[in-house]
Amino acid sequence: MVENTQLVSLTVDGKKISAPAGTLLIDACKASGIEIPSFCYYPGLSLQAACRMCVVRIDKMPKLQTACTVPVAEGMVVTSESDEVRQARKATIEILLGNHPLDCPVCDAGGECELQDMTFTYGAAESRFMEAKAHKEEQQWSPVVFFDRPRCILCYRCVRVCGEVMDVWALGVQNRGVNSVIAPNMGDHLECEECGQCIDICPVGALTSGAYRYKTRPWEMNHVGTVCTHCGDGCKTTLGVRRADNGMEIVRGDNRDKSGINGDFLCIKGRYAFDFQQHPDRLKQPLVRKDGKLKPATWDEAFDTIAKRFNAIREQHGGAGFGVIGSTRTTNEENYLLQKFARSVLGTNNIDHHRTADYPAFAAALAGKPEMAASLRDFEKTPAILLIGNDPTHQHPMLATAIRNNVRLHGAKLFIVNHEGLKLRRQSKAYAHIPKDGYGKFIAFLGGDDAVASALANGHTNREQLMAMREMLRGEHQLVIVFGAEVRGKDLETLVKLGMSHTGVKFACLGDYANSRGAADMGLYPDLLPGFTPLADAGDFAAEYGASLPKSAGMDLEKMVDAAKAGKLPAMFVVGANPMARYNVQLGELKNCFLVVQDMFLTETAAMADVVLPAANAYEKSGTMTNTYGDLQIVRPAGDFAGAKPDLELIVRIADRMGVAPQSLVPFGRGTRADMGQSRGAQSGEADRHAIWMVAQGIEPKVSPFDPQALLDEIQRLVPGYGFSRLNLFAGNDVPTHTAGKGKGAHQDPELIWPANDTLFTSGTLGRYSNTLNSVVEAHEGKRYPTQVETD
Amino acid sequence: MVISEKLDRFFTEKMPEYPTKRSFLVPMLLYTQDELGCLTDEAIAYLAKKTELTELEVRNVISYYSMLRTKPMGKFHVQVCTNISCQLRGGDEIYEHCKHKLGIGHKQTTADGVFSLEEVECIGACSWAPAVQVNYDFHENLTPGKMDKVLEDYRNRK
Ligand code: SF4
Ligand code: SF4
Ligand code: SF4
Ligand code: FES
Ligand code: FES
Repeated sequence: MVENTQLVSLTVDGKKISAPAGTLLIDACKASGIEIPSFCYYPGLSLQAACRMCVVRIDKMPKLQTACTVPVAEGMVVTSESDEVRQARKATIEILLGNHPLDCPVCDAGGECELQDMTFTYGAAESRFMEAKAHKEEQQWSPVVFFDRPRCILCYRCVRVCGEVMDVWALGVQNRGVNSVIAPNMGDHLECEECGQCIDICPVGALTSGAYRYKTRPWEMNHVGTVCTHCGDGCKTTLGVRRADNGMEIVRGDNRDKSGINGDFLCIKGRYAFDFQQHPDRLKQPLVRKDGKLKPATWDEAFDTIAKRFNAIREQHGGAGFGVIGSTRTTNEENYLLQKFARSVLGTNNIDHHRTADYPAFAAALAGKPEMAASLRDFEKTPAILLIGNDPTHQHPMLATAIRNNVRLHGAKLFIVNHEGLKLRRQSKAYAHIPKDGYGKFIAFLGGDDAVASALANGHTNREQLMAMREMLRGEHQLVIVFGAEVRGKDLETLVKLGMSHTGVKFACLGDYANSRGAADMGLYPDLLPGFTPLADAGDFAAEYGASLPKSAGMDLEKMVDAAKAGKLPAMFVVGANPMARYNVQLGELKNCFLVVQDMFLTETAAMADVVLPAANAYEKSGTMTNTYGDLQIVRPAGDFAGAKPDLELIVRIADRMGVAPQSLVPFGRGTRADMGQSRGAQSGEADRHAIWMVAQGIEPKVSPFDPQALLDEIQRLVPGYGFSRLNLFAGNDVPTHTAGKGKGAHQDPELIWPANDTLFTSGTLGRYSNTLNSVVEAHEGKRYPTQVETD
Repeated sequence: MVISEKLDRFFTEKMPEYPTKRSFLVPMLLYTQDELGCLTDEAIAYLAKKTELTELEVRNVISYYSMLRTKPMGKFHVQVCTNISCQLRGGDEIYEHCKHKLGIGHKQTTADGVFSLEEVECIGACSWAPAVQVNYDFHENLTPGKMDKVLEDYRNRK
């Protein structure tokens, strides 16, 4: 937007308004509560002036003017509503409707269509055109994108968003005048990033999505604002849900209201890959191994089996008998609870998760300087960005978009250091294409070690270019340094130290999966308590948990799996993770290990379990998640799947069955007796009904042991860096948490950090069960997407 | 090389005179079409690369201008103006006459590939309407009789 702060005064419809010089009239009016209709204008895209809906009368100017292209000027006198203006707009609509099929009753956009709204407003329902309408059959351009040409009003928003925002340039306009038609890049189909931005931005129902088309009407859905459950960017998404036989089905994902850190952006995963939620392979009831086979069982039986074995093992082996593996896609509350359960109930520090970034080292490097952690929002406007490693276009699509927009709209300078030629290079000011093992050397080079320059230089980037880049970087202030898993341990420490010489510098550490950062922050480490607190500083936690916490560091993920294979780990508790796939453990290779798995699907790990509990996913529960930048957001239940329960509830129920008082784990409504009744459906317990009333009154309930907010209280109380504003969080905004490490990072083994290397079209286990993503991968087959093992 | 070395060199030399690479696109398209007869897929790919545009974008431009073609036309491309000045002075008859005479319609080519026909908008020769453009040559103040002569001359030239 316009940076200039000089205000200009003008009069619109007799009302005096003012706006910064350079503001477009349409935006100035909007900011003052005067709505000017528009089709082709879209904030942040180049001006098109194609539709003439925004015409207004400006004194002393001949003819009506398009408010979307005229900047405000001092003393301007504007009439935005008059018979003349109304007549002009009505005529525009009449012409647009001349070829429009008016199939609103079946059109996806019906009910939220901008053309429909305008037709109602200006009443151009009667047409004077006698010509037959040009009809064309609907076309499928990709697994995701469908095009219904007759509905198109040629606003070119799709063309611009694809080119300017996505930098894909897959859509074009062919022909001219009334014959103009939007065309895909491959003649009759699209080859693109399948983000669905074009569909989302289409003011009518001309572009529709494979996921949503002809499925429902906008008013038949409920809309729930929550957080995307795929990558670590944490885009806010509004899920449209509808009743289904087995609960609530998610039928749409978008962020039209532009709330949240991502504006209206979502990549294909956030927008369409919610379909794992209704996948037929989802587990609907607990499974217990009997006679060597996993058989359906009642919840009672399942919890009993777990509790008995866990208690027996605890008695016989103590905490050392357990290994606990947490998830990168469960909520903060669940992760927190899991480590609390592991440490205070099972009595073990054998807890870990699938690590995809060196957050502990990051926290340690930023110790005492929490303000130096960059939020995703910092990428919107910062004047300079240094990206080391990672491929945001694939692994952090929202970050890539924020960077592209910043470069395009604010002229930010982007510096890239990578061992591959990224798509983002098109936005970069300088690009160092270095050898795969050159990251550490590059950091040394940044620090002034010229000797390594020759080792870094290669056919892509020579010594002089490296020198020039370093020189350019030296002068940058307000620099945001963002790096992927290539930068870990010592390198990370050095990089952060070096970066601190830039005034106003901020840092971001990129990890994969929706809540990897949450898993790290909540202490799913064998040697770190929540908030990267060293075991030796357990004071607050020990006091709160009322238990003597295990003092020595536990086993990491790999050691636990090895121990289980060697018959040295009597019990393993895996929540939302697939470690056996990661370490390629085959069925039957685990020896004497009682394995309990909570998951949505029968993954490789679940298939080996003794008890499998069907878990709900992040779209079906409440809580909070922290994106890789430390932005905390609220997660709300949208979908519902009969038979599955949130991990939080499952953990509490296991503990309860083991004889642990739920209050000692979840500090809910002090003194109230727990209602452990059903948590969903018409027969849900008293506590739930009470909770609904309380929510309606705006009171935080915390009356149920399954209430994540009770755990959030404790997190806020105990976890360093999580002292955020709850008001802001509950209003649906992202709030920054502050990484505040106290000491050295967790046990460092580079092998333990295992980046997901997801592409735009993969997403670990979730992606494996998303038909949409699979169909896109198939359509793009052999292009650039290696098959991968779902290890999360 | 899709086009002649000479033309390619010419493009390379002229390119810097334009503010951006894409500004040179329309002239390049015309030159290429003149050399190849039409804009083939290979030519489009070549020009996209040369201008650093997507092929789609080059196609967008081609489809915008009616004088740019992706299919070959006759050796002599007869463009009959039926816009207002020509219409008032018999342009429609000339067009009908050509259709009849050549046995083809709008944007069609004769079986022997000698002639193709196109009904076009004003070609800027209103003062001498009705007017016809054959390739780059103009023929003015036409009557059906004069038109026969024009066609005959071209046929003999082939
Ligand atoms: S889905 Fe995204 S990348 Fe594909 S055409 Fe639409 S905007 Fe472009
Ligand atoms: S398809 Fe939709 S967004 Fe694209 S030009 Fe047509 S109406 Fe506009
Ligand atoms: S960028 Fe990441 S968080 Fe955003 S929609 Fe895509 S997968 Fe989800
Ligand atoms: S919104 Fe101004 S011309 Fe389309
Ligand atoms: S109208 Fe025919 S040349 Fe102008």
